[in-house]
Amino acid sequence: MLTIATGNKAVAAAVKEVRPDVIAAYPITPQTEIVEQIAEYVTSGELDSRYIPVESEHSAMAACIGASITGARTFTATSSHGLLYMHEMVNWAAGARLPIVMANVNRAIGPGWNVWAEHTDAFQERDTGWLQVYVSTVQEAYDTTLMAFRIAEHEDVILPVMVNLDGFLLSHSMQSLDTLNAGDFVPPLHLPHAIDVLNPAGYGTLTGPDEHFRFRWEIEKSMRRSRKVIAETERDFAERFGRSYGVAEEYRYEDADVVVIAMGTLGKEAEVAVDLLRNEGVNAGSLRIRWLRPFPDFDLSGREVVVIDRDYSFGFGGVIAQSLMARQRVDLYSVIAGLGGQEVTYDDIAGFVRDRRPGTELWFGVNGDV
Amino acid sequence: MTEIPKEEFILKCTSACAGCPSTLILRYVLKAAGSDTVLVVPACCTSVIQGIYPNTAVNVPLYNVAFAAAAACASGMSEAFQKAGKKTNVIVYAGDGGTVDIGIQALSGAFERETDFLYICYDNEAYGNTGMQRSGSTPIGARTTTTPGGKVHAKKDLDAIVAAHNPSYLATACAAYPQDLFKKVQKALTLRGSKFIHVLAPCPPGWRFSSEMTVEMGKLAVRSGLWILYESEFGKVTINGPSKAAMIKPVPIEDYLSVQGRFKGIDRKAIDALKSQAEQRAKHLQKEAEGIC
Amino acid sequence: MYEIRIHSRGGQGGVTAARLLALAAFRDGKYATACPFYGAERRGAPVVSYVRIDDRPIRVYSQIRNPDLVVVLDPSVMEVVDVLHGLKRGGKVLMNGTTTEKLHGVPAFAVDLTGIALREKLVIAGSPILNTPVLGALAKMGIISVDSAKKAIQEMFSDERNVRAAEAAFQELVI
Repeated sequence: MLTIATGNKAVAAAVKEVRPDVIAAYPITPQTEIVEQIAEYVTSGELDSRYIPVESEHSAMAACIGASITGARTFTATSSHGLLYMHEMVNWAAGARLPIVMANVNRAIGPGWNVWAEHTDAFQERDTGWLQVYVSTVQEAYDTTLMAFRIAEHEDVILPVMVNLDGFLLSHSMQSLDTLNAGDFVPPLHLPHAIDVLNPAGYGTLTGPDEHFRFRWEIEKSMRRSRKVIAETERDFAERFGRSYGVAEEYRYEDADVVVIAMGTLGKEAEVAVDLLRNEGVNAGSLRIRWLRPFPDFDLSGREVVVIDRDYSFGFGGVIAQSLMARQRVDLYSVIAGLGGQEVTYDDIAGFVRDRRPGTELWFGVNGDV
Repeated sequence: MTEIPKEEFILKCTSACAGCPSTLILRYVLKAAGSDTVLVVPACCTSVIQGIYPNTAVNVPLYNVAFAAAAACASGMSEAFQKAGKKTNVIVYAGDGGTVDIGIQALSGAFERETDFLYICYDNEAYGNTGMQRSGSTPIGARTTTTPGGKVHAKKDLDAIVAAHNPSYLATACAAYPQDLFKKVQKALTLRGSKFIHVLAPCPPGWRFSSEMTVEMGKLAVRSGLWILYESEFGKVTINGPSKAAMIKPVPIEDYLSVQGRFKGIDRKAIDALKSQAEQRAKHLQKEAEGIC
Repeated sequence: MYEIRIHSRGGQGGVTAARLLALAAFRDGKYATACPFYGAERRGAPVVSYVRIDDRPIRVYSQIRNPDLVVVLDPSVMEVVDVLHGLKRGGKVLMNGTTTEKLHGVPAFAVDLTGIALREKLVIAGSPILNTPVLGALAKMGIISVDSAKKAIQEMFSDERNVRAAEAAFQELVI
């Protein structure tokens, strides 16, 4: 059904379509609309989920874990400090091999209090074993949330998935949305190790130095298998519903000499910069990375790359820039822009490309050399 | 008549909503506490009310801290001041969310350790700062954005929880009775150990009433008996005047509920639950005040 | 691409006005986005919302710097906000009010949205509802079709007074 909706409402609508059994969530700006919309769906009877208005984010993830291990489909949503507050349990969820789906509305971390878009929050969870994907349009938020459940619950994966959307820029922006009858696109959940009183087992028991690493390897194996599952899920989605996204969205990329790499809404606005640059005779292209975990590999050889990180790892560098450099030899200009919702326009992005100095790092808005 | 100092500690650049009870409360809290005071403020309306960088509307040091951490942060601060021989007042100024839900662990720990500080919870009965979602302090029957059909669970009895920690001082107050609040803050700050003041903060946008009605709403809450003004000093309970009067001749609870949009459509069952809760608390407090308990 | 910036105060429905406008444009078969700029949200503070309308998918998320149209729902914000900032040459202004006196040298239109809201008794918590009548004014200016304006209002609100207020604004606005 064709309508218009905000990113938050799109996520809530997708959640309604997959009908989780249990939803436990705690409000935090700018995620609140997701939680409120779900509360309305449940109150009106449109969504037959058990909704738990927990008292904190740590409890939200703990409640999802408790529900998920019974074999129930679960969902939660958070942002920034909420995500960080549940950090311990986020780790737990992946280690416990639970296909929880969580929407994270990317927001900066304080102090000072800042409610605007930044990716550092979700990047703090990049080592946890969660799959992570970043969306840039309302439609993509809806579609990807649907796909997230199927990927998480796939027998070759059984790992939680985090769907990220930029705070305010996407969460609160209204764009067109085509909601779907997912049908059997997301099949019923079958959790192999669900609690079964007829087959009692201990869960997460004391595990010594000679065994623990084996469990960690199992997580990594599933993470590697998930690449195929992601590709297959997106292919099936494209066949059924006519839209496809991929691990990264390419725009005028094939013959591009210089490529702009960014995530989220900046990755989408970069396309406008690319058009501007092309008009000036610059062979520019863009690559909007969607899946952060598992981290995709592209062949950037022979191209100049401008990476925009809406995040930072202090004492190290922009996470995307550093991740790319760790995987391959690449001539890279690292731009740190958009922190705390800093305004970055397509003109600014075109400027980064025009003024690029490969091998250096620019902190946008800070005057002078850094 | 209490002599209220003229000095203002809340300056002109607040970002408060029109009719904000919390700003009114904080004005009197700071008048009572004076300049040798640090406020510890978790995520709550005051995070915004205090003003936006580079301004601050509060003329005492104000330390902002994460949502769950206020009482723990205050603990550390109090210990440090004491070690340095300073008598600076450490006052947590928190909303109900950061007290009764996500903040309760830190609160409980700080009180169990008899931390020398004053904890003030201004209670607008929902998560105001993020747009009025329900909190544990939301009363039964109240509509919030996460309880669109009215909350089905009762308001958590925060006072009983705090009382169970045997604080030096525990009191309730209300934005509509600033003199009473002023005296209670002054009294609390003369005592050592953990002190707690729970202040009702009628919130115009949250409770859905017109912004000039804040004080009137606070008075109705007390006169209907739904909010009882009392204090407990080392366990010795005294019920304050306006509530004593309300216990003899209360205003009907419906008069309080009917002027707030958040209670629109509240059903009989919920009204009765509110009534009986209020009656039970009144009975219990009366017994405590008389020394029977 | 047509860019509209809406100025109001928190609690007046400026954000909803943007969403209604985007919805109406969408019903006209256009691509449309609506995004508020949130400062510290609270009742009474100046709020800005952005709406973009285009025949092609819109890929811009940054704030509108050069609007084609500025809508001022609460003229009192003009005391603290430069509502004309960046207005395109030839760009227009639509004001809630009875006079365009305050706007020098700019094609400005005024319609008394507050008066219309009060007449239709479209008031919530003491505030007149401006976001539905303004849609009628925008339809008169040709930004959206009358039919889509009506559809958008009916999709978001069940009270028929909203449609009547929009119709009144359509009638009263003199282009």
